[in-house]
Amino acid sequence: MWRYLGRRLLVSVVTVAGIVVVVFFIMRVLPGDAAAVRAGPYASEEKLEQIRDQFGLNDPVPVQFVNYVRDAVGGDLGTSIRTGGEVTEELLIRLPASLELAFYAVLLAVLAGVPVGVAAAARRDTWTDRVARVVAVLGSSMAFFWLGLILTFVFFFKLGWFPGPVGRLGIVTQPPETVTGFFTVDAALARDWALMWEAFTYLALPAVTVGFVLSAPIIKIVRSSMIETLDSEYVRTARAVGVSRRQVLFRDGFRNALVPVTTAIGIIFGYMLGGNIIVELIFAWPGVGRYAYEALRVNDLEALQGFVIVVGLLYIVLNVVIDFVYSWIDPRIKLGQKVVA
Amino acid sequence: MNPASGKLGAGGANRFVPPRIDGGAKVLPLASRKPLAVVGMVILSVYVLLAAVGPFFVADPVATDPANALLPPSLDHLMGTDNFGRDVFARAVHSARLDLTLGVVIAICAMVIGSAIGVVAGYWGGAIDEALMRLTDIVLAFPGFVLALILVAVLGNSTVNVGIAVTAAFVPYFIRLTRAQALSERELEYVDGAKLAGNRSGRVAFFHVLPNSLQPSLVTATLVAGWAILTVSGLAFLGVGIKPPTAEWGVMVSEGARDIDSGQWWTSLFPGGMIVLAAMAFHFIGDEFGGREA
Repeated sequence: MWRYLGRRLLVSVVTVAGIVVVVFFIMRVLPGDAAAVRAGPYASEEKLEQIRDQFGLNDPVPVQFVNYVRDAVGGDLGTSIRTGGEVTEELLIRLPASLELAFYAVLLAVLAGVPVGVAAAARRDTWTDRVARVVAVLGSSMAFFWLGLILTFVFFFKLGWFPGPVGRLGIVTQPPETVTGFFTVDAALARDWALMWEAFTYLALPAVTVGFVLSAPIIKIVRSSMIETLDSEYVRTARAVGVSRRQVLFRDGFRNALVPVTTAIGIIFGYMLGGNIIVELIFAWPGVGRYAYEALRVNDLEALQGFVIVVGLLYIVLNVVIDFVYSWIDPRIKLGQKVVA
Repeated sequence: MNPASGKLGAGGANRFVPPRIDGGAKVLPLASRKPLAVVGMVILSVYVLLAAVGPFFVADPVATDPANALLPPSLDHLMGTDNFGRDVFARAVHSARLDLTLGVVIAICAMVIGSAIGVVAGYWGGAIDEALMRLTDIVLAFPGFVLALILVAVLGNSTVNVGIAVTAAFVPYFIRLTRAQALSERELEYVDGAKLAGNRSGRVAFFHVLPNSLQPSLVTATLVAGWAILTVSGLAFLGVGIKPPTAEWGVMVSEGARDIDSGQWWTSLFPGGMIVLAAMAFHFIGDEFGGREA
């Protein structure tokens, strides 16, 4: 197991290093002058030169690269040329917003997708199954921005059930004291139930928007892996010796279908780590996706690089964690063996 | 005449009827075997028709008419007009040509490039394989949308560059699929046969293994065409790539989103619906023929 973990870490380090190299050199190709962004449109050439010096933009590219890597290893991802703040710090402030949205979106997707997938598999080729598959296709074909607009239009403008798209809390509300960075959890820890409720109401529409799209792959994977287990010989034997249909479905069927479902959840969560740029923009969600988008618009190289590296790192860590979860769900799987989903 | 058939043929009434391989099952038409695929094909045909001949029949998609701005849907303007008085339906029809073409071209290019690289990795294996797989790992660690976004920023805003960027984001999927297929394909006997017949390895890889490894990629390409449309219009929604006043669904939703506050929903909801329905058409087909996510 330790050998496996070592190899796994080595491969991860190579991948992260690759990400850093690729991102760094792509960024150097970006057109436009980052110094001009910092200095504003009317800056003198002297001022521009001074800023380039300050941010090391005049050094040869290899020197810039070595400096960047040296700092990045120590956790310093550089300075945002747009805001003048530390990139590491700015990302860490925004990451919980993205993760909270991702967490509730994935939770909704699982809570909705798993029962639908199980029902579709249990009643294969009936109308239940067909409806489930149409819902799955609708989800995987959904444009985030369109669903977000419809939900805002219906539930905010027309019905007024949920607050408008202004971010994580109302404009005048003080956020809870930061413990985890999740407003819903922090508010609960502070025993401020009204605040917790408010955080949930602001989360509702963006989380449903993302959750609906994410439920599609979950429905598909639960359905196909449940069908596979229900057709297996041990389930047939269990049915033959008189185990009830319900028990087979939930105890034998579902437990064995869990491995591919875990894979799916892992992939989906990994995909959400970078935040969802479109959803964060529509709902004015102050997450890392929006930060990256703003950085990209003004050639804020270090901020964008930092974003990509942090997302890549989290993604890799998550994948290692999922590997461990497998061996816990299914004792037959030893670490280091490929899991075929 | 062989003895078996002669003996049976003599009987006349108890003529030998070979057992049917399919157990006598009727071959059902596609519509009842794969109803969702047929639904997808019907929707897609309507879109193709709209894209092919629609632009000749509708109004000018960029002609403004301030006097008739923001009219609700009516018989004159099936999807209403936007805040410049442009006909939303006319713009949506013109956009169908652009978005469908992009979706299909991107899917085909990504499949061709991806499967060519995938077969190289899968067939030759070794160091080339290891290097190519690490590279795809790196690319896949970026969310695809972010990758396309950065590439468009590097390449510059134009329709062709959007095509290139989105293609690049989807290529790794095809590399993985084809590689996996080629890995098992290269162990089969026909490959040994092809080698023994004196074919050079490049010829075996590209003319023997590759065609036989394409099936999963073809299905995935259908799904990718739908995702490509979603990605292209999502980028356009953010103002990246295809820009106003081009008639493009994502651009239209982005422009129309401003009218929603004042209750004019038709300028954004109709074009958005066109995007989702187009993606659904591709996904119905891909889904029924065994397409898998990622």
